[in-house]
Parts: sequence; structure tokens; C-alpha cells
Amino acid sequence: MTESVALLGGFLAAAVRVATPILLAATGETITQRSGVLNLGIEGMMLAGALAATLGATAVGPWTGVALGIGAGMLLAAVFALVVIGARADQVIAGTAITLGAVGLTGTIYRQAYGAGGAGLDLPTLTTIPLPGLSSLPLLGPALFAQPAPTYLGFLAVPVVWWLLFRTRVGLALRATGESAEVARASGVPTRWVRAVATIVGGGFAGLAGATLVLAQVGSFAERMTAGRGYVAIAIVVLGRWHPVGVAIAALAFGAAMALQFLFQTLELDLPYQLFLMLPYVLALLALAGMVGRVRAPADLAKP
Amino acid sequence: MRARGWLVGAGALLAGLGVLAMGLELAGYDAGRALGALWSGAFGSWYAITSATLVRAIPLVVIGLGLAISFRAGALNIGAEGQFYAGAIAATWLGLHAGSLPSALAIPAVLSVAILAGALWIAVPVLLRVRYGVLEVISTLLLNFVAEATTSLVVQGPLQERQGIYPQSDAIAEAARLPLLPGTRLHAGILVALAGAAVLHHLFTRTLWGFQLRAVGLGPRAAEISGRIDGRWMAAAALAVSGAIAGLAGGIEVAGVSYALFQNLSPGYGFTAIAVALLGRLHPLGVVLAGVLFGALEAGASAMQREAGVPAVAVYVVEAVVILVVLLAESLRRGGMTGVAAIGSATGARARG
Amino acid sequence: MTPALELAGIRKTFGSVHALRGADFTLLPGEVHALLGENGAGKTTLMRVAAGLIRPDSGHVRVGGIEPTALSPRVARRLGIGMVHQHFTSVPAFTVAENVALAAGWPVAPGRLRERVRELSARVGLPLDPAARAERLGVALRQRLEIVKALAADARILLLDEPTAVLALAEVGELLRVIRRFTAAGGCAVLITHKLSEALSAADRVTVLRRGEVVLTDAIAGQSAATLAAAMIGEGLPEDGPAPTRTSSTNVQAASRAGQPPAVRIESLDVARDGGYGIALRGASLTVAPGEILGIAAVEGNGQRELLRAVAGRLHPLRGVRQVATPIGFIPEDRTTEGLVPDMTLTENIVLGSSASDPWIRGRAIDWRVARARTAELLEEYAVDAPGPGVAAATLSGGNQQRLVVARELARKPAVVVAENPTRGLDIRATATIHERLRQAASEGAAVLFHSGDLDEVLELATRIVVVRSGTLILPPPDATRETIGGSMFAAS
Repeated sequence: MTESVALLGGFLAAAVRVATPILLAATGETITQRSGVLNLGIEGMMLAGALAATLGATAVGPWTGVALGIGAGMLLAAVFALVVIGARADQVIAGTAITLGAVGLTGTIYRQAYGAGGAGLDLPTLTTIPLPGLSSLPLLGPALFAQPAPTYLGFLAVPVVWWLLFRTRVGLALRATGESAEVARASGVPTRWVRAVATIVGGGFAGLAGATLVLAQVGSFAERMTAGRGYVAIAIVVLGRWHPVGVAIAALAFGAAMALQFLFQTLELDLPYQLFLMLPYVLALLALAGMVGRVRAPADLAKP
Repeated sequence: MRARGWLVGAGALLAGLGVLAMGLELAGYDAGRALGALWSGAFGSWYAITSATLVRAIPLVVIGLGLAISFRAGALNIGAEGQFYAGAIAATWLGLHAGSLPSALAIPAVLSVAILAGALWIAVPVLLRVRYGVLEVISTLLLNFVAEATTSLVVQGPLQERQGIYPQSDAIAEAARLPLLPGTRLHAGILVALAGAAVLHHLFTRTLWGFQLRAVGLGPRAAEISGRIDGRWMAAAALAVSGAIAGLAGGIEVAGVSYALFQNLSPGYGFTAIAVALLGRLHPLGVVLAGVLFGALEAGASAMQREAGVPAVAVYVVEAVVILVVLLAESLRRGGMTGVAAIGSATGARARG
Repeated sequence: MTPALELAGIRKTFGSVHALRGADFTLLPGEVHALLGENGAGKTTLMRVAAGLIRPDSGHVRVGGIEPTALSPRVARRLGIGMVHQHFTSVPAFTVAENVALAAGWPVAPGRLRERVRELSARVGLPLDPAARAERLGVALRQRLEIVKALAADARILLLDEPTAVLALAEVGELLRVIRRFTAAGGCAVLITHKLSEALSAADRVTVLRRGEVVLTDAIAGQSAATLAAAMIGEGLPEDGPAPTRTSSTNVQAASRAGQPPAVRIESLDVARDGGYGIALRGASLTVAPGEILGIAAVEGNGQRELLRAVAGRLHPLRGVRQVATPIGFIPEDRTTEGLVPDMTLTENIVLGSSASDPWIRGRAIDWRVARARTAELLEEYAVDAPGPGVAAATLSGGNQQRLVVARELARKPAVVVAENPTRGLDIRATATIHERLRQAASEGAAVLFHSGDLDEVLELATRIVVVRSGTLILPPPDATRETIGGSMFAAS
């Protein structure tokens, strides 16, 4: 019995750890989309954050990596904001271009910095920080309270973003911008600035997510390592109904789906691992299809 | 095409190459050597032109033509990569079993299932969009990853080679392979690409349907009120067609180049084709030229990697800059974009003036 | 007494349209001031100037005797001016409370906020449920929300744009009482309206605008429905006599077709509001014979749009009978978004809406040479001033764009022509061309239905007139005059 408990506990811990980058990226994208901007460049920003974090960690240390990761995400987001808010270009194509460019950029810089041999680096990573007392709780203890720092940041971000969006005037103005930019402007809200800031903040989250992926999960960098997590984050935003708490729950559910493969491996069930690779995306699609009709995006989303 | 469209395209390409060169210098590479390798890898010899550049151009042109249809209707198919794989899987499956058929039957059969598979792969996003208005951007994107995982699954499972060592399929039957230009690796797919461009040109310039599609993209409300066109179904049809064409590209790649299925069959053709379509201003001729250009870039990129040590992915930076420059140019000209279909408005109008 | 609000010599031109030609308006403290006029007279424009939403070409705005250096919506709000618009200006997905908070800059603590909103709305006599979603509110409650928003922002001067246009009778009385209470407490209000009865019962003073100029300002006590209506519609055009008998020649033609079946027949038609809630047209019954030009006289928002679009087949009626002969030519109100694709060439725009009978259609293909040639012909025929058929429609002036749309629709020799405000924003020459074309279409056997916000235009062009008011079709008696028709458009008895 205790063996299955331990197994379940391990699975939950893995689920939370795997979910963290997605949670962070999705939370940032929630802010961005609530202001009316659809950021498809999030995948590229995550990747850029991952590489920047790798560089920072090798040069100085893990926390420098985190800082550089956030910075890289914000930088790309600023470029994106300039193009889609400044020049009012099509958001989808611009976001796709940003991601494309980020793949090229990170791949090139990575090879140059680390040579053809590439990863297998001994990156100084972010170790788990067990919270005293709480981490000894059965099942949930290790899952929720013995995680690396970014996970705690993610947990913290959820209520903070919620409070910002729904309990402050800034949040109200931001949501108004995403729902009805014209009305917001008539009420004196500087909608373009609001959108630009929301986009850059979202980019910072994406960069942090990438840094987390490298420094608190995988332990090294590989080209295209984000493998669509950024896009999954966008689906998570929809599934979570653009609400930080809903997004957090959806992200955790996803982490669980992704962590299933580890569980099955431990159970030595002989299922092709690709099924687990597919599962999160298929689930996202099914959920999108299933919740259709009850989904309300911010009304002015992706309108220039 | 109007002169301005050409200029912007050329300018975008130059900007992209410029950024690449600058970036390479900054990163410590020898930009001159890299660009030289880029050129020779793409155009340095007859073999390079036919077997490197054009071969890579074919899938880009084919997918790009399909995307031109989709974008002109204002529908954003970002899942061409996944549709490509779906077509490749279907083509491989039939190709493995088509040994007893004559080529005249096997090849069309293989390409037909590829088309079907591509259309099926985009069917769910189309349905979601038509019935519920779900952004096709997200749904097509997600299916890319499912397609890649499915490919991986299939080449390690049901379609794996007999010997069971490598994650790839057996070679497809001889009958199902596209004929080659002797002495090169240029396959008959180029005829499909060129024919496709001609068909698309005819479609856009001569048919009522093509005209209505363009109207929906450029003026949806007027199309509905004055043109009495149902925009939703038009966009759905455009999406379906673009998915089918992307599937066809996958089939062509299997039947003409790889003769087998394996992971990473596509080095991102579905995404590069977006750049191709935009650079070509959604015009069939433009798409062909842009496709050749990007084919050259990718062919050159391999050479660049071999000879100058620059990772091939660097070419994505060029593509990204090209897309952004075209977007910006169009957006600034109009003081704010009114949709991606507008990129096509600079071209073709003169032809029907 | 220093006026609370003073507008002096306001001029505003939009393109070629002179919306305001030196209008003066004064609002005294504590008064309710009615602003009357037909559609297009400039009432809304004048008030939007006061609210800082539009900058006038010339003229002065003084609030409390002081002229602000730059009047923006923010500044206006700070000066205590609150405009309550005719169209919904709240965020649909937000609750009432959130909308008020956004408009008034209140903090968002939900419990406190709801209490404040509840308390304020109750205090002014317009109770609202703070937790209700704005988009779910009925029209009357939406109106309330707009007013509460203005009051929450501490407005002392309320500018209300047609606030009772869509209210039921009981709700109107309530609203007027609220306004009274507001002015009694020291505020003052401008009531833009076209309902004479309202002006007479609710206002202290009245100003009448006609074609951008003030034609009358007086205490309401010195006015009557007759004098106000006369001021609003003015003397009329010089050649005008009693309305229906004037157009003798075309009337004869219409009469000669009386034997034929009607081109348009609707019975008990109900049509939902286009782009809004509720029913815009109720129980409409009408026949139009070939060769008739039916003019629809109505104030905007009373249902004439839904009537025209239902006849044209662009809106589906909720119930009733609709029999309209085909082909139907439709000239929509908004030429740049509904009538034309600005990015396409003139030829392509002519091809829009092709049917099998068009000369350039060959099965499923388009013969562009034929289309181009035909377009060139039409450009000539309809006097469209353009370098050639190959230019983009966006390069044409408004008048020429409209000529193009008319050309396209009439060239198909329709059995029925439906035109929404076909001469809006056009100069005299373009207007004359359009009129000529419509008359020609009628003389060739088409049934023409049109609406114009300018009563004189309706009177001049139409062979028969109907009035639409509050969703009901009103057929004027045979001896109706200009005055009575005008009156029936406005009165809310």
C-alpha cells in the first residue's frame, strides 16, 4: 500500500514539476491576452529564455540564468509589441515569425557558444527547496512543497495576478482594453501602452518558463527543447477561461498528462511513449472542442 | 505584380540576409565565408540548382500555394507542418503496398491519399471554426505536434522497417516513386508545383470562386452584403483546400525524395512556407519565386553548415526577418493592417483592372 | 446668470458635409434644455463638441464662463460634463459595477464597489443591480447604466442623446422624473430629442437646429407642437406644394402599372433589430407596384433600416410574409464597408454579386475583358469620375464611390431597388445624379424603395410616402401635407 502511495506521490511531484513552465508561460499569456493581444511568439520567447538561462548559469550561476531568461523573453516581447502594437501588423503572423526567428537565433548562438558537442553540460541547476514541515505531508507534501523555487514563484504568481486583474484599477483598465478598446479609450485608458506592457510582462513570464525548463527540470539545453510548450500554454489560457486560477488548474492537469509517461514507465507498462507525447495536445484539442460555446475570449482579442 | 510588391519582397530578403550576416559576424563566424557557402550550395553548380535548391523548393512552393489560398480568404492555417506529415504517412502506407500496380496508377493513388490525409487532418480545426468560431490558429498548431508524434509512433511501430532497427519505414515500391530528371535528384514533383501555380493563377484570375475568395478576405462585410457570399463557408473551404495541398506536399516528398518515412522528414517546411507565401505576396508567381529563393536558402544552409560551420537553423532568422519586413511594409503603408489577406491586395489587381 | 455651458459660433465640417455652421447654444444652471432637430441637423455633433469628443473647426466652448484650453473627454469629465450616448458605450462583458468603476475611476474592491453603485443608482431613482452583466441588460437598463456612469463621475452637466428613443412610455416618465430631480439638486441637462411631446413636457427651454444652424431658441412656454415642428422642418423647398399630388408625371406612370402584380409585398412582417436586441419592426404590411418610388420617412432607429433590409433579403424576418420580385438591387448605407471592397478595382467591385445573367459570367469563370469593358461603359454612363476601371475603389471620392455602387446595382436591371440613404454625404451634383438614376429605374419598371434622413429629399423623389415610427408602418392619408408627414415622424402620441 505504501508503495502505491509512494508511486502516486512521485507521480504528483513529477506532474507539478513538469507543469511549472507551462503554468508560468500560461499565466503570462493570460495577462497578455486579457489586454487583447494574441502572442504566438510565446514559444520563441520561452526558447530564448531557456538559452539565456543556460548561458547565464554557465557564466555565473542559476539565478543569473533566471534573470537573463526573463530578460530575453522581455526583449523578444518588446520587438513583438513594436510590430503588432506600434505598426499594428497581424499578430498571428508576427508571432509565428518571432518564434521562427528565435529557433534560428537560439540554435545558432547555442552551437557557437557550446560547440558541436552541445549539451551534456553540468549546469548548475535550481535544486528543490523542501519547505519545512509542509513537505512531509503524505502525498501532497513532496508534490507541492518540495519543489524548486520557480514552482513556488508560479504558485505565488497565481493569486497575485488574480488580485491584479480583478481587484485593482490597473487590472480593470487592462481587461477593458481587451474587451472593448474603444470604450476603454473613451474612459481615458492609454490602450496601446497597456497592451505593450501586458505583452512585455507576458514575455517575461515566458522567459522565466524557459529558464525553469532548463534549470529546474531538464538540466541542460537542447535545440527546440520547448517542443510546443508555448503553444500548449495558449491552449491552457483558453481552457482556463483566461482566469489565473483556471489556468493554473489546467496547467497542472497538463503536467499530470505529461508526467503520465514516467508513471507508466515505472509501472513498466509497455505503451509507446509517443502516445504520451501526443496526449497533452490531443487533450487540449478535445477540451477546446468540448468547452466550445461556453468559451468567451476577450472581445477585442487580436484586433489591431 | 506591382513594382512596389517586388521591391518590398526584394528589400525584405536583403534585410534578412543582412541581419544574418551581421549576426554571424557578431557571433564570431566568418560571415563572408558563410554567405559564400550559402550561394554555392544553392546556385554553385547545375547539380546544386536542380538537386539541392529546386528539390527543397518544391514542398515550399506546393505548401505555399495552399497557404496563399487560405490567407487570401483571411483564414490562418498554421498547421501545414502537421498536414504535411499526415500526407507523408498516408503516402508511405500506400506506397509500401503499391508494388503490384503500374506507375501510372500507383503514383496518382499515392498522391491522392496524401491529399485526403491532409484534408482530414485539417477537418477538425475547420469544424471547430465553422461551428464554434474556435481560432483555427490554435487548433491547427496543436495538431502539428500530434502529427509529429504520430509519425514517430508509426515509424517505430506499424510502419517500421522489416529489420526493426531504425525508426524509419521500408522504402516504398518502385512503382510509386516519382520519375527523376536523369543525372539529378529533381523529381516530377516540380511539375506538380508548376502546374499547381498555373491552376492557382487561373483560379484567382478567371474563376468566380477565386474572385469570391479574394473578396471575402479583402472586404468580408461587403462580400456578404453586396456580394452575397457566405464568408464562413468560403474560409472553411479555403482552409480545407490548403490542408489538402499541404498533405499533397508530404506525399510528394515521400514519393520523390525520401521514398520512406522517418522523423524530421520536414525541416519545418510548414512554417517556412508561411514566409514563402507572404514574400510571394500570395500570388502564384510570387510564391514560386519565393519558394525557389527559400529553397536556395535552405540548400545553402546545409552547405553553410558543412563548410563554414554555421548551424543550418540560422536560416530561420532570415525567414523571420523577411516575414516581419513584409508585414511592417504592408502595415505601415496602410496605417494598420486589416488582415493578412491585405498582403495579397498589392498584387494581381492590375491583371484584372 | 453665468451659463453652465456655452457654445458659440461652432463650425464643423466632415469632408464635404457641413455638420455645424456657426451654431450657438447656451445652457443655464438648473434647467432642462431640449435640443430638437431632424436627423443630420447636427444635434449630436454639437453635444459631442461640448463633451470634448469632437474638436470644432471654429467657435468657443465655455464651461461656467471659463474657456478650457483644450477640451478632451478627460477634461470634459473633470469639468463635470457627462454625455449619455445613444449607442451603448459600456463594456459588454463587464458587470454594471465594473463599468461604473471604469467610467468614474472608482476603486475595485468588489463588496464596497457594489454597495456604492447600488446606493448611487437607488439615490438618483435609477436602481441597478451592480452584479448584472452589461450585455444582458435590456435597452432601458442600459440607458440607466449610461446615466449612472455619468453621475458617478460627478457630472453636473448631463448631455443626453435621445435617451428615450427606445424606452417604453412608463420608462420615459420615470427617466424624465430622474432628470428633474437632478436639476432640482443643482445640475442642468440637455435633452437631445426628436419627440415634440417630450420637449414640451420636460424642458424649460428649447433650441431647434436645422442643417447645422440654430433656427429657434425660446422658453418652452412660448412654443407649441405646431411651432416646433414648423421650425424643425422649415419652409421646405420653394417648388414644394402639398406633397403627394406634386409629382404628376411619375404618378401617372405609376398608375399605369397598377394592373400588374406588386413587385414587393410584405404582410405582418416582424424583424429583429439589426445588431441589437429586441424587435425593430412589427406587423409591417406594404405593397409596392412596379414603377413606384416609395419614400420612407423616418427618424433613425425607428425600424426603417430593418424594413429596407428585410425587403432586400439581407435580414431574415422573424415572422410574416415576404414576397419580393427578383433581381433585387441593394444600395447599402455604408458604401466603404458594405457596398464596396476598397482594395479591389472598380471592375472587381462591379463584378461583386454577380449572377448568371451578367455578361461577363461564363459558367464558373469570369471573362475579365468583358467585365472591364462593361465597367468602362458604366463609368461613362453614370458619370463616375475615375481614371479607368483598373484603379482601386478606395481612390474614388465618396460621391463617385456611391455612383459606382448605384451603377452596379442598377445595371442589372433589377425588379426592385432598395436604397438606404443613397445620397448621404454627397454634394448636390452627385445627389442629382443618383436621383435621376433612381427615377430612370422606376420608369423602366422597377419598384424603388428608399429612405433618407432628409424629409425634403424624400418628398422630392418619392411618388408615394410611408412613415416608420417606433417600428410601426404608418401610411399617411392621401391629402397629407409636408407638415403632417413631418409631424407624424416626430410625434410620440
